[in-house]
Amino acid sequence: MDHRTHRAAHRIEGRSAAPGIALGSLVRLIAAKSETQQLHSMAAERLALIDALEASRRDLVALCNKVEHDDADAILSFQIALLEDENLAAPAFASIADGEAANRAWIAAIDPEIANYDHADDPYFRARASDLRDLRDRVLRRLAGELDQAVPAGAIVAAEDMPPSVFLATDWRNGGLVLRRGSPSSHVAILARARGVPMIVGVDVDHLESGVDAVLDGDAGALIVHPNPTLRAEYDRRLAEQSRLREAASLFSGPVLTARGETVQLMINVTGLAELRDIDPSKVDGIGLMRTEFLFQERETLPTEEEQYQIYRQMVEWAAGKPVTIRTLDAGGDKPIVGLTEPGDLNPFLGVRGVRLSLRRPDVFRLQLRALGRASVAGNLKVMIPMVTLPEELARCRALFQNVVEELRREGHGAKLPQLGMMVEVPAAALAIEDFDADFFSIGSNDLIQYVAAASRDEPQLADLARPSRAIFNLIRHVVDHAKLTGREASLCGDLAGEPSQVAALLDQGLRILSVTPGALGAIRAAVARYSGKT
Amino acid sequence: MSGVHAMDKLRASVLVRHEVGLHARPSVKLTKLAKAFESKIDLGLSPDGPWVDAKSIVKVMATKAPKDSTIYFRAEGKDAKAALDALVTLVNEDFPDGP
Repeated sequence: MDHRTHRAAHRIEGRSAAPGIALGSLVRLIAAKSETQQLHSMAAERLALIDALEASRRDLVALCNKVEHDDADAILSFQIALLEDENLAAPAFASIADGEAANRAWIAAIDPEIANYDHADDPYFRARASDLRDLRDRVLRRLAGELDQAVPAGAIVAAEDMPPSVFLATDWRNGGLVLRRGSPSSHVAILARARGVPMIVGVDVDHLESGVDAVLDGDAGALIVHPNPTLRAEYDRRLAEQSRLREAASLFSGPVLTARGETVQLMINVTGLAELRDIDPSKVDGIGLMRTEFLFQERETLPTEEEQYQIYRQMVEWAAGKPVTIRTLDAGGDKPIVGLTEPGDLNPFLGVRGVRLSLRRPDVFRLQLRALGRASVAGNLKVMIPMVTLPEELARCRALFQNVVEELRREGHGAKLPQLGMMVEVPAAALAIEDFDADFFSIGSNDLIQYVAAASRDEPQLADLARPSRAIFNLIRHVVDHAKLTGREASLCGDLAGEPSQVAALLDQGLRILSVTPGALGAIRAAVARYSGKT
Repeated sequence: MSGVHAMDKLRASVLVRHEVGLHARPSVKLTKLAKAFESKIDLGLSPDGPWVDAKSIVKVMATKAPKDSTIYFRAEGKDAKAALDALVTLVNEDFPDGP
């Protein structure tokens, strides 16, 4: 007799972050506790460093066997070779012998190497500094007892939290995600919805066991362990229905019309070329938001101008004349990037992020603007700047962009200045929208909501505060009215646009351009069709 | 054994033509190859040094040898000749992917 038949089905409530059903085996990822850093004996510190170096080397070898990207492979091989070279850690072992702790000894040994690359004349060698920083941090994580655990394919994964980079590196076919932290508007949730991966948050994952049978109900926001055969059959049926519906939604075409016959432009939010492969450009009105930070995150080094140019150009070509709105790097906050964002930002959401970081790192920003300036001759490209707070920030971006386009032309490249717009997500900008010299406005509702409500989108207890409110709708109306008055476009590209129940309220504010996650296209199209004007 | 004295240092030099100089991937290949030999092998950017251990990626990368620079080797040991021949061939052939 199957021992599982003895166990009763057990339903655990959470909150829905991405809809859909997944059935399968549960895998719990364990986050290791980081050990308090106290000085042990010399021998223990020495051994700890030896172990951390070897564990890091093994992690890198495993990673190296998985990656297909040639550049990533070169960097990983370089890092492995560094770890295999006794010269790298020799000064660290010398300081441990003098009584230093392993972590401080390691930092003291590798930081001069990093500085050496930082000061190189050749940009290639300068960029290696970030490889060494990455290596330094990997070994430090190992010293602190943190674990890099591989996420298996096709499973229902339960974890405390998950960084976007891990989500992106995982094969989610038929799988799903259960987190304690995060929220329906966190970035992992955005990715989960775009990729059709069911996800729930706010679940106490401590009591979950790996290997048990489970059903993840992303629609209801619940996890069911040991489902009985009746329940299982019920979910099998819903899973089949889900596949049918997803297929049906992809068959929609033609303009998106309200019940009164008014046209609404429906665009998509994407994070890279991979998502466009399955989407027919004739069925959408363009790309309303391309989040470029993900181009910077899946890798060990910052992308070059040429790499970025190729991606932006291919997107513009994919859209075949329809607008493609690319947002410049929105790093910081919950989207850290190795070698770029500032670690230890006291309050990342109120810190150096978005345009604030770009203007402080003109070397990185210029490369992106160069790639965008070149790609804009290939079609209908628009560029928008995230986290704009003051008019001067946008003016500085415009001046820099003009300068970059002139430079490109002098070098003989085809380039032009595209329409330059701004994300409206900081309340200060929304309230004083009249002062901004933007070619278009795109409302970023995720951040706008959390800044207006002073409630983190990642705090499960405050999920009811981090919701659209009259304050939010008033701000949206203010921006839309100003845009209409001055003959400019206003759109909304946050998750709010992808919630069918919010569509009427958004259209009520005068919005006629919505940009949503591709998975929500069918449902939003239907919600727009039901809209018959302000009630 | 005759003719080979312990203190004999064999020398060779070769022009780096790799499009970006002695970068990560070429350096990894070079140090791996050097480690395959018993001899002590040094690398420098001038015939008079300063010399670094050609088996150390940390030291080799730190020379930051750009494209079109000549790198110099000196080797000392039983297989010094074979080591220098192999290293010069690797650089001359622009660091082909190994077997």
